[in-house]
Amino acid sequence: MFEVRFHGRGGQGAVTAADLLALAAFIDGRCAQSFPSFGSERTGAPVVAYCRLAERAIRTREPVVEPDCVVVIDPTLVHQVDLFSGLAADGYVLINSSRRLGALGLGTLAERFRPERLLTVGATEVARRQLGRPLPNAALLGGLAALTAEVSLPAVSAAIRERFGRDGTLAERNVAAASEVFQQARLALTADGRAVLGAPAD
Amino acid sequence: MLRQIEGSRAVAETVARCRPEVVCAYPISPQTHIIEALGEMVKSGALAPCEFVNVESEFAAMSVAIGASAAGARAFTATASQGLLFMMEAVYNASGLGLPIVMTLANRAVGAPINIWNDHSDAMAARDAGWVQLFAETIQEAADLHVQAFRLAEELSVPVMVCMDGFILTHATEQVDLPAADAVDAFLPAYEPRQVLDPDEPYSIGAMVGPEAFEEVRYLAHARQLAALERIPELAEEFAESFGRDSGGLVHPYRSADAEVVVVAMGSVLGTIKDVVDAQREAGHRIGALGITSFRPFPGDAVRNALAGAQRVVVVEKAFSVGFGGVLSTDVAMALSGLPVTLSTVVAGLGGRPITKSSLGNIFTAALRGEAERLTFLDLKTELVVRELERMSVRRRSGPTAENVLRDIGSVGSGIG
Repeated sequence: MFEVRFHGRGGQGAVTAADLLALAAFIDGRCAQSFPSFGSERTGAPVVAYCRLAERAIRTREPVVEPDCVVVIDPTLVHQVDLFSGLAADGYVLINSSRRLGALGLGTLAERFRPERLLTVGATEVARRQLGRPLPNAALLGGLAALTAEVSLPAVSAAIRERFGRDGTLAERNVAAASEVFQQARLALTADGRAVLGAPAD
Repeated sequence: MLRQIEGSRAVAETVARCRPEVVCAYPISPQTHIIEALGEMVKSGALAPCEFVNVESEFAAMSVAIGASAAGARAFTATASQGLLFMMEAVYNASGLGLPIVMTLANRAVGAPINIWNDHSDAMAARDAGWVQLFAETIQEAADLHVQAFRLAEELSVPVMVCMDGFILTHATEQVDLPAADAVDAFLPAYEPRQVLDPDEPYSIGAMVGPEAFEEVRYLAHARQLAALERIPELAEEFAESFGRDSGGLVHPYRSADAEVVVVAMGSVLGTIKDVVDAQREAGHRIGALGITSFRPFPGDAVRNALAGAQRVVVVEKAFSVGFGGVLSTDVAMALSGLPVTLSTVVAGLGGRPITKSSLGNIFTAALRGEAERLTFLDLKTELVVRELERMSVRRRSGPTAENVLRDIGSVGSGIG
């Protein structure tokens, strides 16, 4: 079982990101479950959404308390919410920011977790360019595919197309954004001299 | 065909395949997505012939469903929490009039204090309203139960409430095999009402019944529920033959045959419970679970049979009767009367408090050791309760305690955990 916790703010698409990840994993032939933290939807309020991926049916309904991966959609949450609570020592962290961890005041994360599993990507900038709007949720999934290889980029693209299918242009722009963040993430992971991930399908 | 789909969407699409002719509802979280999806399907023509009636309140929603059903239409609505309470007079009327309305209840706590999250307080408030109440464990079962609900309702002239945990099932996505439209058509014949209100041949329904026959009318309502007790497992079996999977029925035993401790529950928490049961089985403990799908009618015999071999029974329930304790527990205790079984009640998940495997595991371990208390509130923050009790002992006053408790935890807004 691979458990992901998304942290964002109301309106940024954290719930949709969790749903898209579940759909992508389903397309990859795995079992998946996604659900929000059941809050009142208020724009700007901290929001949490969860996704579980597994090889067999998932029965538990408890919130993800010990994630294998934390995705931070809004970096302004960094010092407001206990983002890394319960994260395993070999867990993954994906933060939506064009700044490095140190610049976000998170330099010490590398002491608690494996450095090659910590990644920042500027998904909002990519989304603004590709979609004309700062909606980084789908794009971030490209980063998650590159970082964790728990889901493939083609499946992420297929999930985006299924979800936004009614608006073909929107779907394709999100697919382009996810692909761009995927490439960015792979470059960053390689350029830093970190372990190159085991060939995620692309 | 398997799809990764949201619970509300799965229910809406399945309800549409049941071909309701009138859908009327007033939006309330966490039911809203179901009604929005059905509204879109009616507007686009994907669900036709069907009239979507926008109403001004839940009371109107149930009243329109009553009118539509009495006029011969297959009627569907959905609500939750305060919405159910607001329509309650009409809820009793629907069953008293024998109208086969199907309603989704997206289970949610009842205020005050206002809370939009999941528990079963709303369903328990309608326990005695004369409706069949079926509880879904998964999104798949929630979808499937609606197909069975229309069939049962129309065969027996009794309204059916399909209860699904708000947010936990309504807003989650998982793999669902939606009942295929042609198979639903084969399983669910067109609605043939026993009598139809017709403006051309006017008459009225809803007669006043005095002491001379009221008890008999009520007894007959009970008899209809007892008939449902027979029919529910038959329909589940027929459903399994048609759709190739088990959904519905009265109860679902899980590894309980040789169990010393059996955990009884309703709804989505059963999934979490099964994971804990598996872990404790691996550790060599004889523990199992019993899911109750049909809460009304209550399958006393099936529950008794399933629990007869257990030494201890733990009822995990997401509601309680203030001033007494468990609601489901009371029914289970009645079913077990005379048997040498110890029963404990665990009130859990109130107002959306997460029910974790860790906390359930602790309670089950205590039960295996014979140390479970009669009534436990799972993960109760005792310090908050004590502080408020101390304040109240210093100065008596009336009014809400919610604000004091929120001040203690430093939160004026909503949150979980």
